Amino acid sequence: MLGFIIQRLLQAVVVMMIISVLVFCGVYAVGNPIDVLISPDATQQIREEAIRTYGLDQPLWKQYLDFVGRLVQGDFGRSFVFGSPVLPLILSRLPATLELTLVAVVGATLVGVPLGMYAGYKPDSLAARAIMGISILGFSVPTFWIGLVLIFIFAVQFGILPAGSRGETRELFGISWSVLTANGWQHLFLPALNLALFKFAMMVRLARAGTREIMLTDTVKFARAAGESEATILRRHVLRLIAIPIVTVFGLEFGSTLAFAVVTETIFSWPGVGKLIIDSINTLDRPVMVAYLMLVAFFFILINLTIDIVYVALDPRLRLRAAS
Amino acid sequence: MSGPLLVVDGLTTEFPTRAGIVRAVREVSFHVEAGEILGLVGESGSGKSVTGFSILGLIDPPGRITGGSVRLAGRELVGLPARDLRAMRGREIAMVFQDPAATLNPVLRIGDQMALAIHAHETVGAAAARARVAEVLTLVGIPDAARRLDAYPHQFSGGMRQRVAIATALLNRPKLIICDEPTTALDVSVQAQILTEMRALARDTGTALIWISHDLATVSSLASRIIVMYAGRVIEEGPIRQVLSAPRHPYTRGLLDSLPAKAVAGKDLMQIPGAPPSMLALPPGCAFAPRCLRADAACDAEPTPTVAGDRRWRCHHPHAEPTS
Repeated sequence: MLGFIIQRLLQAVVVMMIISVLVFCGVYAVGNPIDVLISPDATQQIREEAIRTYGLDQPLWKQYLDFVGRLVQGDFGRSFVFGSPVLPLILSRLPATLELTLVAVVGATLVGVPLGMYAGYKPDSLAARAIMGISILGFSVPTFWIGLVLIFIFAVQFGILPAGSRGETRELFGISWSVLTANGWQHLFLPALNLALFKFAMMVRLARAGTREIMLTDTVKFARAAGESEATILRRHVLRLIAIPIVTVFGLEFGSTLAFAVVTETIFSWPGVGKLIIDSINTLDRPVMVAYLMLVAFFFILINLTIDIVYVALDPRLRLRAAS
Repeated sequence: MSGPLLVVDGLTTEFPTRAGIVRAVREVSFHVEAGEILGLVGESGSGKSVTGFSILGLIDPPGRITGGSVRLAGRELVGLPARDLRAMRGREIAMVFQDPAATLNPVLRIGDQMALAIHAHETVGAAAARARVAEVLTLVGIPDAARRLDAYPHQFSGGMRQRVAIATALLNRPKLIICDEPTTALDVSVQAQILTEMRALARDTGTALIWISHDLATVSSLASRIIVMYAGRVIEEGPIRQVLSAPRHPYTRGLLDSLPAKAVAGKDLMQIPGAPPSMLALPPGCAFAPRCLRADAACDAEPTPTVAGDRRWRCHHPHAEPTS
């Protein structure tokens, strides 16, 4: 198991190296930051000075090597726009996105999986049809539209929930969290609901498909023949058997939401990393973009590794293979 | 003991399909004495498994029992509320299936999933349940059972897995176990072991068995009485030795003649001409008539059961009684 983890971490280093090249070249191709950063009527001298300061006079490979050289010392560079180091900048925005994502994905799973299992257990019931109807809605209606509708209904029409920003926060481990205050939850609710709807739909479908399949197996027949109740069968047998695809989707959704909650964060002016990346793309703030994308890649590697470890915990049949 | 343990009388089970109603079990009647091993043979689709599931009340909708009765120690099981049926399953009648790789839950520890079968019927502490599981596992011949409770099904061989399934069925000391081809998926040497052990177990625990199989040889080594099913009907019934040595129904005769043991070396195996009828388009009268060498116009009418002593058959032109 340990060998497996070490092997995966070594692979991760290679992946990160490749990602860094791709990201660096990609960001380079997007446009010249000098055009955005410096006013068009600045003198030639100021222009050249700025270009030199940011190291943009160097050829691409030299810029890349400088970047890697600083990176291995833990320095992601400084933001062109804010002038401050990039890593603390991103990390200061991360908790906001992290809590939004966690609430959305965990909430979607806790609600979606039981409902999906019910829909799979009684596929012809009225309730199951209603659940599947809502899940189709969650799949097919665009996030931004639902976000706007939520704001319109809850913030504008009824005025019971705030339309944006994070609300009150409380410090824990030196980081501010909205989930620790009642007011924070009020602010969190709409954007989390907005983000959760698609994930909820996905969880419902996964759980339903899995349950329908498992209910037909001999495992369930055998448990019934032993007199086990339907509740026991669903909880102890079916839930365990459908857990693997659910964990997979949970991890991937968590990663992609963490990285790209851009639309929701923009609509609800949630001060997370999604807004930061959009702003940095607008200002061609290369160091922020590069550091952010590399961080995202790193998250995905971490999440995939965690999923693989959870697999082994969930499915004992994988343990033999992992050991050999 | 007053009367037989199980009396099945006129049992009919139907499955509505798109192409029409399939009557998988048609007016099946038989009984099982306490502690007796009854063999139930027939080819695939003859309704033997459905008979087993009907007794347990485990027919998946839209299929249902449309007629007849199943009485266990005088108590009618057909039409019992789901809750009472569940309480009966496992405790009074248990069932073992064909493929232990499919019946055992691959992601639950053996001890845990067997304990579920205990908890389905009584409130027992975890330690007491474990002790009972270990005891029954030892009974079915699993060495070092107490230490293997935490193993998973895939860590057992096929034969050991089926022993676990049999032990699960024995956990609540049922009066009757329906064994649906429990040795078919095992290799021949393991089959023989399990057969020997099951006979001893049934004798020692006083449990009656209904042994469902398509393999006459297996049944003949185990059962004291035999029932032969064809196209959903019982076509012959009697003490095993009498039926095997002097079958009255031409179909039973055909089955016996096609046993490989009866074949002459270098010659083709005997076989019954034709194929079993589609359950959607049963011939009028005797379902076996189209394949029967003795059939004539009389066979267009459904034969009624003929009873002679403890033997019974449904045929207009039975083979003659042996002259001994």
